[in-house]
Amino acid sequence: MRGDEDEPRLPDPRMIPVAHPQPWFEPQSWGGDSDHSVATGQSATDEGDGAFVRPFIVTRGRTRPLHDGLRIETLVEARPAALSAPLHFEQRQIVELAQRPVSVAEVAAKLGVPLGVARVLIADLYTGKYISLHEPTELPVHVIERIRDLVRAL
Amino acid sequence: MFGRSERADVTSVGPSAVKIVISGGFGVGKTTFIGAISEIEPLVTEAAMTERSVGVDDASLLAHKTTTTVALDFGRITLDRSLILYLFGTPGQERFDFLWDDLATGALGAVIIADTRRIEDCYPVLDYFEDKETPFIVAVNDFDGADLFDLDEVREALGVNDSIPIVHSDARDRESVKEVLVALIEQVLLQRVA
Repeated sequence: MRGDEDEPRLPDPRMIPVAHPQPWFEPQSWGGDSDHSVATGQSATDEGDGAFVRPFIVTRGRTRPLHDGLRIETLVEARPAALSAPLHFEQRQIVELAQRPVSVAEVAAKLGVPLGVARVLIADLYTGKYISLHEPTELPVHVIERIRDLVRAL
Repeated sequence: MFGRSERADVTSVGPSAVKIVISGGFGVGKTTFIGAISEIEPLVTEAAMTERSVGVDDASLLAHKTTTTVALDFGRITLDRSLILYLFGTPGQERFDFLWDDLATGALGAVIIADTRRIEDCYPVLDYFEDKETPFIVAVNDFDGADLFDLDEVREALGVNDSIPIVHSDARDRESVKEVLVALIEQVLLQRVA
């Protein structure tokens, strides 16, 4: 076996030491792998410049959706009449996004609001009958088989 | 107003969303994996720590933090007119259990990405999905230049049952990612008929 002084031999996974070895590569260099999972503690906008807006201001402080059970993947679809309805800014944005089915998570990401805020706004629109919801259901086997075939054909 | 009964718009016909969770230790390639196959640039959303999380989090961490957030990213694949597949990456921090439950509930299954250099990073993830009884498979992300470990060795190191598939994958490669997803769905089907 070739002696390689630059790279220490990788340990057997069963014997990995407690301290993590220095990664030998830079994950960012090959495709922007960034697990955005570091707890930021305070959000970036929350540092003293006075620009921080409390996230639930757009729901007037309400944190509880009027409609329960909105999952992150629940699909939201605007009803035809919603576009001409008098709606608040964020609600109008949602109606525009939901001209085709979009998930609760997409609504949150595209509006730039936390999931909890999106849930309240979406539930309000649902209660006002401006949108319909497609709630996920248990999938029968033949649908799962179809999903498999469609993924394979991508 | 719309000539429909109040509940008529909540229906199982029409489009439906399918959710697959992509998990693993921090920096293992989850976002890359999602990005390799998503039709959109992976989106990032934030979950604010609200009162709901206080019970599961260490209260001392929250003493002065009302705006703590955790980001999660996801991709979208429109499979056909009525089926949309979402891939959700789990945030790495264990303490965001409340968000993990949001992610795992109703998921078709999970892909747990393992990095053989830090194999122990996915132990908590394995425990979580085993507890949740979410169908999952393990994808060993083969980074350039990393020693290719034998999958049997990986299985031994992870301590997972023979019934759980362990596959090699390259999170940057669309074909490879596709194969992993197909393998997961096969596993879901297998568990469904069992």
